[in-house]
Amino acid sequence: MHDLIIVGAGHAGCEAANIAAKLGSKVLLVTMNMETIAKMSCNPAMGGIAKGQIIREIDALGGLSGIVSDYSMMQFRMLNTSKGPAMWSPRSQNDRTLFSLKWRELLENNFNVDFVQDSVNQILIDSGTVSGVKTTSGNTFLAKSVILTSGTFMNGIIHIGRKQMTGGRMGDHASYGITEQLVSLGFEAGRMKTGTPPRVDGRTINYAILEEQAGDKHPKCFSFRKPITIEKQHSCHITYTNEQVHDTLRKSFEDSPLFNGAIQGTGPRYCPSIEDKINRFAERTRHQIFVEPEGWNTYETYINGFSTSLPQDVQHTALRQIKGFEQAKIFRPGYAIEYDFFFPTQLKQNLETKAVKNLFFAGQINGTTGYEEAACQGLMAGINAHQNINNKDPFILRRSDAYIGVLIDDLVNKGTTEPYRMFTSRAEYRILLRQDNADLRLMPKAFELGTITQEEYDIMMLKSRNIDDLGKLVRKKTVTPKDANPILTKYGTAEIPQNYLIDKVLSRPQIKYKHLLEIKSINEWMSKYSDEEIEQVEILIKYQGYIKNEQENVQKLIKLENYKIRTDFDFNALKSLSLEARDKLSTIRPENIGQASRISGVSPADISVLLVHFGR
Amino acid sequence: MTNLEDTIAAPATPAGVSALAVVRVSGKDAIAIANQCFDKDISQADGYTIHYGHIVDGDVRVDEVLLSIFKNPHSYTGEDSVEISGHGSPYITKRIIETLLKNGARMADPGEFTMRAFLNQKMDLAQAEAVADMISSNSEASLQMALNQMRGGFSKDIAVLRQELIDFAALIELENDFGEEDVEFADRPKLKALIHKLLTQIEKLRTSFAAGNVLKNGINTVIAGKPNAGKSTLLNAILNEDRAIVSEIAGTTRDTIEEVFTLNGIQFRLIDTAGLRESTDTIEQIGVGKAKESMQKAELLVYLFDIRSTSPSDLASELQSLPQIDQTILVANKADETNYNAKDWPDNTVFISAKNKDISPLISELERIASHYEFGNETVVNNARHADALAKSSEALQKVLEGLDTGLTSDMVALDIRNSLYQLGLITGEVTNDEVLDSIFTRFCIGK
Repeated sequence: MHDLIIVGAGHAGCEAANIAAKLGSKVLLVTMNMETIAKMSCNPAMGGIAKGQIIREIDALGGLSGIVSDYSMMQFRMLNTSKGPAMWSPRSQNDRTLFSLKWRELLENNFNVDFVQDSVNQILIDSGTVSGVKTTSGNTFLAKSVILTSGTFMNGIIHIGRKQMTGGRMGDHASYGITEQLVSLGFEAGRMKTGTPPRVDGRTINYAILEEQAGDKHPKCFSFRKPITIEKQHSCHITYTNEQVHDTLRKSFEDSPLFNGAIQGTGPRYCPSIEDKINRFAERTRHQIFVEPEGWNTYETYINGFSTSLPQDVQHTALRQIKGFEQAKIFRPGYAIEYDFFFPTQLKQNLETKAVKNLFFAGQINGTTGYEEAACQGLMAGINAHQNINNKDPFILRRSDAYIGVLIDDLVNKGTTEPYRMFTSRAEYRILLRQDNADLRLMPKAFELGTITQEEYDIMMLKSRNIDDLGKLVRKKTVTPKDANPILTKYGTAEIPQNYLIDKVLSRPQIKYKHLLEIKSINEWMSKYSDEEIEQVEILIKYQGYIKNEQENVQKLIKLENYKIRTDFDFNALKSLSLEARDKLSTIRPENIGQASRISGVSPADISVLLVHFGR
Repeated sequence: MTNLEDTIAAPATPAGVSALAVVRVSGKDAIAIANQCFDKDISQADGYTIHYGHIVDGDVRVDEVLLSIFKNPHSYTGEDSVEISGHGSPYITKRIIETLLKNGARMADPGEFTMRAFLNQKMDLAQAEAVADMISSNSEASLQMALNQMRGGFSKDIAVLRQELIDFAALIELENDFGEEDVEFADRPKLKALIHKLLTQIEKLRTSFAAGNVLKNGINTVIAGKPNAGKSTLLNAILNEDRAIVSEIAGTTRDTIEEVFTLNGIQFRLIDTAGLRESTDTIEQIGVGKAKESMQKAELLVYLFDIRSTSPSDLASELQSLPQIDQTILVANKADETNYNAKDWPDNTVFISAKNKDISPLISELERIASHYEFGNETVVNNARHADALAKSSEALQKVLEGLDTGLTSDMVALDIRNSLYQLGLITGEVTNDEVLDSIFTRFCIGK
């Protein structure tokens, strides 16, 4: 018997397996195919805006997505550097095969993780508590807890034009049985849709006439552990569709499963297929296409921005009308896939189902989209399954702690009707939730939990102390006009008439810490701090007004979250609540008043009423 | 969002004219905030003590009051509390509350004092349900009232402009969240123009807030001037009745006399005052003191002078010694008895003869002021909570402008816009992040 069974070995399943095993749980990872562990089903890239922040958070909490991304990296770019630090977002292109192999290697190195290739078709439940799973090969596996990370596999249907086939991903079988069983137990399921573009033979692309997008001069790591620095990078390329392409695609709309009614599931508005873009934004004469390499040892190329489920011959014709693709050959066509998900409002904040004890859901099964969104849910479900079976407190991140907190809080309180992707604008406390401080924000919690080592913790604490010390120094030390003015003039800001405190100089928008290091009298003592430490101090000084404001707002939120609501409370008995609030509160059953306040339909007056009842 | 850490203030007695009105302040900073609004130091005062003094708004005396101190937990709410007993006029109560808000208090939510009392265990559990009912019914009522109040054209305009601001917020977030893609960028000059429009509308609403009080209470108008400038004669001319004492001997008007006079439906509450001059006569000194005091409460100052014995530079120095009042009319009396050139005098000067009842230039000026407060059928905001939200909206929007001017990065600008939307949402309805995201997805082609 295992402590924990994880059904599915994608980004969510792998993170769950790793973290629970790290905490000491005996884990069984059930996958339908050992060859496809941690397979990147969509584009060969990790991170990006808001998503890069999530990977940094996963890494700080002891997850592996950051390390695996670093090892398989083909290109690194820090996005959005022209904006403020809250927007800086790391993104990488990855070798699809290396990514998968590295994950498998790291999991196999953990002797708490067992693997089995099989397909689960039934969850075993014993008087309201999960007790194991049954598989299509007739095996029964028992465990104290089960995490479902089914991705796009449950009742998956693949669409290419009018052709339909069952499958969980092109080339892989779908899985059956679990949805029907859980629905019979009262769970509410829905259908979602996502899509992927064609993969093209790179030897047939005319890169010479495409716009090149190279990696950063100084590539960084996702992981705070900095396991590896890549020495060479592979460029991406940019091209555009045109009206001829649009016409070709438009002529075939009646064959599109999106428009002829074949697809029932809801697709994401922000990751639309090319036919969707043409249909909804008819005035646009072109759409951007990113040409992304799939690996060091293959010519296969991912055509990002050209997701489609039109017939293969139409894909072929339209593709060849794009600049640089005149001779293009398709390796694998683009397709759409429909799959089952469960409305995430049926979950508690720890990702455990409200209906069945110790049964957890993570990833696309909860209506999300994206590797990073899935991975962080897997991580949190893995931690919380371990906590549950060891009678420990759930591990909940607040909206003010991490993007992960925002994501889970949104899912369980607001639910979602389209695939949920993270955006920075979903976070109220964006200025605090930066990629640069994920370690400072989360490693103390991770250390207390036991998911990072003493050594990792000590390194973070040293950094934290250095930041404090340096912060005090720049607020105390001054610089003379003689030393500072040549540099200030060089970077286009006013000279100083007398000695100035260094923080005052640094708070000028034009002045970066790197410029200060050009001043010899400052460089002498400041250069002994690391770039990361100096950068932290710079951010804290430049944005101190905003940061302070956000921190005050967080304190208000935390006060409300400290007012717990009894789990057996009957909201319907509280007649002074509005009808809608009674309804929503009864369905979602918030665990505290802060959570209740974020449920749509619950007004500030309703919150006052709840405060009266639970405030003490 | 109800925040129990805030210090709150609200009237504790019903609105209307009465002998006394009580304003209650409660919360951890209650005593500190009251202290800032009071002309004596009560920061170290014990609980259950009463203090005589004045509520002051900066240099301006608002009212003569008694202040009762209650120390946690020995108060109605169980928190530090201050009860301010002032004169029972809606205008004065409003001014006291404004002063408290300015110094850091927040307008209490309906039932919030009672709720705090409950939370601090000043009430037993059996009372909880009643309290909750009261909160919900009060907030319903206030919501209804707010809706009625907000039906005016201004708030509709604000709702429209707010929607435009949401679209701009969407554009800015688009830059933030999809900066890597082929997206359009927020047009900064257009955004600025929109914010200026919003600020103008908010300013109109804020004026209507002042107007709302004016409709109820009238405009406090002080007629001031040196002795013998002819104030009583002028008052009589305006009122067309012999209410005030008219005499040729300087300093005979010793009491302030209130009279109300209506123009275009707007009441002017005329306060005649004793002549302003240095005097050794004790009784007259009291009158002079009262005159200055009345003047500080005034919203409109009618300053009367004898044009025969006053030069433009005399007038300028006389005005310098008076408190600054937003609206001032300079009245040159006895203009029939001398030759003058209007160009020598400030723009806001009118020329009359009170004795001949030739005061039509003054009356037209008063009508012009009255017309500021006319809103036809549009209702006005007269709820201090709304005024508070308007002030904060305005502040937040100013910050957006500042950010745009100083080239602040878009994520920070977005934060200020978000705050503005939140504050505007308090006036027009709710705002959530989803509104911004919806606007993005509906309008822009994004996602690879």
